[in-house]
Amino acid sequence: MKKKFLLARDTSEINLPRASDDTSDIVLNIYRGGPNQKPENSYDSYRVPVSRWTTVLDALIYAKERLDSSVAIRYSCRMASCGSCGMKINGIPRLACYTKISELGTHTITCEPLPNFPLIRDLVTDFQEFFDHHKKIQPYIQNLHPDPSIDKLSEFEQTPQQVDEFLQFSYCIKCGLCYSACPTVATDTKFPGPQALAQAYRYFADSRDDAVEKRLSIVDDKHGIWRCHFAGSCSKVCPKGVDPALGIQMLRSHMMSITKKPKKRLAELRETSREGS
Amino acid sequence: MEAFKDKQDSNKWSNREGLKGWLNPTRYGWERLSYWLMRLTGLFLLLYFVGHVYETSNLVGGLDAWNAMLELTQTTYGHIFLILVIGTSTFHSINGIRLIFAETARGLGKPGRPDYPYEAGSLNNIQRSGIWVALILAAAAMLYGSSVLFGGE
Ligand code: SF4
Ligand code: FES
Repeated sequence: MKKKFLLARDTSEINLPRASDDTSDIVLNIYRGGPNQKPENSYDSYRVPVSRWTTVLDALIYAKERLDSSVAIRYSCRMASCGSCGMKINGIPRLACYTKISELGTHTITCEPLPNFPLIRDLVTDFQEFFDHHKKIQPYIQNLHPDPSIDKLSEFEQTPQQVDEFLQFSYCIKCGLCYSACPTVATDTKFPGPQALAQAYRYFADSRDDAVEKRLSIVDDKHGIWRCHFAGSCSKVCPKGVDPALGIQMLRSHMMSITKKPKKRLAELRETSREGS
Repeated sequence: MEAFKDKQDSNKWSNREGLKGWLNPTRYGWERLSYWLMRLTGLFLLLYFVGHVYETSNLVGGLDAWNAMLELTQTTYGHIFLILVIGTSTFHSINGIRLIFAETARGLGKPGRPDYPYEAGSLNNIQRSGIWVALILAAAAMLYGSSVLFGGE
């Protein structure tokens, strides 16, 4: 087939579908509520044109830019990386930028603020408590006793297997969807939530970290890891495949010391990598 | 700073789902349904246990008191109640065994490198089959119980 190169100005021959070819209208219901009020059934409805690839965030931005600038939304990256556009969309916590209207299979889209997060206004919620839980598990590598045989200025080496132990959990973008879907968080303010607990496992499983006891003593609390009952909702809604439920169960299995003891396996892996290098 | 925080907090609505969050078990798949059923059957069995202790304590009132108490279970409602006891206890026990495995990370798979469309490994059919088995066996036990309790009339 003969390829045809078009100059930028020569657009007449480019056969792109026009927006109007496959657009349709949806009804976008947006929850409206502000400080000091707990509005029941307070929604504003907007008619928004959408096409095949329109995301819920696109529709919200359309509504805000052209129909009602007072709608409060929060977003940044528009590509499921920053974690700021989490909201309840048709009853389920999702990222607005990662949810196509077409995949919802309906022409009525209802956006509400994320449950279990204090409401600031409309679709914007306060993440302070969520971040506090995250901070509490000390989400950074601590290593007070580095291997003396390793040169002080060299990096920590890890085998691909060692990386695989925690990599999945480090994909977390702190969007809070898991926190808002968790039934334990719904009733217990002191429960760290799936995100923080999965991060506790992320550092626990990292061969560079040696603050195991310290971190475990934080989550080993009556409002801590034991309050997870594997409802699995966190993993169901997680948009990045972090699978917090898996991390929590793995951490718990170690704490009960009745399973494969991942830390022991990691120690062995560490040993093997040292011998290899 | 504290005062500012308090003021801030009073300006927000907590939006926590509370028990309301437990009411709709259909939003998040099989595991959430099983979580809901586990709670419900647990509460029901707790009530049954209290009633059962009360019922058997009637023995101290003599044979007549005991027989009068047994009569209660011979009614249609009594039978329905017993069938529910059979179903809930079967589900609760079998799902409980599944949870012992799941909560010790058995049958959940291993961490790996997530790739689009990011299916969660822990929500796999191996652990999920425990829920299906619990539901099927509970239904079978209830059917068998019904045939014994109502079929004998
Ligand atoms: S674990 Fe998943 S759902 Fe939870 S905050 Fe991280 S990315 Fe979001
Ligand atoms: S806007 Fe960044 S995750 Fe949606």
